[in-house]
Amino acid sequence: MKSIYLDNASTTKIDFPVLEKIIEIHKSYYANPSSLHRLGIEVEKQIKKARQTIADYLKINKEELIFTGSGTIANNIAIQGAVNKLRKYGNKIITSSIEHNSVLEIFKNLNKRGFETVYIPVNKNGIIDIEKLKSVIDKKTILVSVMAVNNEIGSIQPLEQISSLVNNFKNIYLHIDAVQAFGKIPINLDNIDLLTISGHKVHGPKGIGALYIDKNILINKILYGSNQEGGYYPGTENSPGIIGFGEAVKNIHSKEELEFINSLKIQLKNLITESIDDVIVLTPSDKISAPHILNIAFANIKGEILVHSLERDNIYVSTGAACHSKNDNLSHVIKALNVSKKYQEGSIRISFSKNNTKKEVTKTAALIKKHVSKIRKVMR
Amino acid sequence: MEKLYLIRYGEIGLKGENRSLFEDKLLSNINKKIKIFDKNLKIYKKPGRIYLITETTKNIVINKLKKTPGIVSFSPVQKVKLDYDLIKKEVLNSAKSFKNKGKINFRISARRSNKKYKYDSMQLQKLLGEYVIDNLTGVDLNVDLYKPDLDINVEIRKDFAYIYTEIIEGLGGLPVGISGTVGLMLSGGIDSPVAGYMSLKRGVKIIPIYFHSFPFTTDRAKEKVIDITKTLSNYQHNIKLHVVDFTKILTEINKNCPDKLLTIIMRRLMIKITEMLISKYDGKAIITGESIGQVASQTLEAIQVTNNISALPILRPLIGLNKVQIVNLAKKIDTYDISIQPYDDCCTVFVPKNPETKPTLEQIIQGEKKLNIDKLIKQAVKSVQILNITDEKLVD
Repeated sequence: MKSIYLDNASTTKIDFPVLEKIIEIHKSYYANPSSLHRLGIEVEKQIKKARQTIADYLKINKEELIFTGSGTIANNIAIQGAVNKLRKYGNKIITSSIEHNSVLEIFKNLNKRGFETVYIPVNKNGIIDIEKLKSVIDKKTILVSVMAVNNEIGSIQPLEQISSLVNNFKNIYLHIDAVQAFGKIPINLDNIDLLTISGHKVHGPKGIGALYIDKNILINKILYGSNQEGGYYPGTENSPGIIGFGEAVKNIHSKEELEFINSLKIQLKNLITESIDDVIVLTPSDKISAPHILNIAFANIKGEILVHSLERDNIYVSTGAACHSKNDNLSHVIKALNVSKKYQEGSIRISFSKNNTKKEVTKTAALIKKHVSKIRKVMR
Repeated sequence: MEKLYLIRYGEIGLKGENRSLFEDKLLSNINKKIKIFDKNLKIYKKPGRIYLITETTKNIVINKLKKTPGIVSFSPVQKVKLDYDLIKKEVLNSAKSFKNKGKINFRISARRSNKKYKYDSMQLQKLLGEYVIDNLTGVDLNVDLYKPDLDINVEIRKDFAYIYTEIIEGLGGLPVGISGTVGLMLSGGIDSPVAGYMSLKRGVKIIPIYFHSFPFTTDRAKEKVIDITKTLSNYQHNIKLHVVDFTKILTEINKNCPDKLLTIIMRRLMIKITEMLISKYDGKAIITGESIGQVASQTLEAIQVTNNISALPILRPLIGLNKVQIVNLAKKIDTYDISIQPYDDCCTVFVPKNPETKPTLEQIIQGEKKLNIDKLIKQAVKSVQILNITDEKLVD
């Protein structure tokens, strides 16, 4: 049975041309790009091209982009580097309550190091409370870090409103974790200082991320070594990863593809809400959510059981709300949304890519319906 | 470089006629563990002890020997010919390699089984002690016969002298495999791996049975049980993990039996399946991780009706321990960190809200009436997947 992969927010399948390119690099361009000889220079050229491709797509200077080992590493370089640099101006740092762990855990650690950490709550759509942000941001604030698109429910944050608030102050950086947003929604980098992206979410290779650093700002280094990637991420370049990332961005979603992905989301949302009782859609309406993420909660079931039941039919989806009987381990995003109790444990995340089809969506909807009713019968 | 280890065993030395059987078992258990790293190891027995010669990294040997039931203690030793000059040089070397700055309180403990050797134990201790004091410079040395930091042992045997400073404690108990085969009801939790370890220490060979209920528990729960079994294979070189597909039974019990009896009926069926599975290995008992009163299914009444379904003795090695003690043991045997991964009994779907704590047999038999138990059990036994898990690698 052919499998239906609907977990594209976790990671995507690599595009075939990207894979071919990576193999070519491993086969023929394996030299160290820092080496002086011709083979090294050949690789360096290809890395330059990849950097240019991604910079062009983001509409930034190629010097403003550094490659890292992952989105998580880019977040670390950005946030830790920024607060270390700006520490003398204040010690308040602000983020949202629904960030990815790769931001939340840094904040937790910075709090231990003496920073005042503020977590802005979100409304039921998973959108940051701008009034609250307005009331806490002040002269002591040195960093605001917000994700562009939430990974569990797909809500889009109002980046322009946030950046205009941040712009009222001096000595403050705005960092955007755009790992889920990159390639899915337009982002204007004009008033953003630091921005994180990652290769494997856009049909590129795993193990490669990148960080945009506005040329007008300075951050401290948190890693030490040679001078690769401006010295921010030292170590021999992951040339197959970088060049593969560039190759993936060359062929990144067109407007039509994004509309198609969005139509799959709407199709599944409608099929499910029309055919199954006691369902709520946690993903907000289409204008304020990314095209590829749909989070739906079913009353009186456990999302995890539904995930495993679908897996039996070779359909792969995800759950943000892990079900742990021993310790209450509800996802922090679901918690932040104040979902009513009977839905809390019953959510699954379905995330689409250009490789999915309408037929797959129809089949998935039917099987979700079948399994939900089966599980509801067992759960008393 | 090859190193020599002196291995001592206690309990098995006491077992009269069976002694050589026990010794051979221990020898073969050690051999299997170290052979993975060093095909050319040498291992042989001498009265009351076993010698192992191998070039395996010392830390690995220590780790493996510490986890071999039947070993009371062991020492990395230096072996030299019965030549006093060689002996004194080696004794001085061991003193030199003792990494302790400042004052060192030391003693020499000499023993002599070879009574023909020119010095007796007392003379040796005196001579060697003086030699060390005279020749070890830059260290503040003191003789302390009662609480030495450094105890240099010198054993004079027929042809060789053995010198060592470390005595590392082993597990004790009996070598695995000499007490017969048992079934172990293994879950991903903290208790059952410890129960398995306790029985392994008494020389039994375990056959773990795990009941998997996908999709109500994730396949990661099964991976977790495989990891736990792999950890237990530190103690028993080769373990046959039996995975039973339990989903059908769970849903049938859920559909047909009174809510408050779910857990007990479930356990009864698990016991019956275990009994049937281990019969082909001549299994003589069933081990569980229960201790009295921890949860509703562990009251004396519940235990009684659970036992009733099987003719085999059901042994509960943790019966006298409290949770803290069990957790400490789980940490000691390295299963704790695996057990606390969040994938076990993930779904409370099948846990009754008000379980019966004082069930009677009549009540249970009445409660099981609508189940076709024979058929369900047969299906479950047929579904079993057997994984051979060894110290070395996973084989499907």
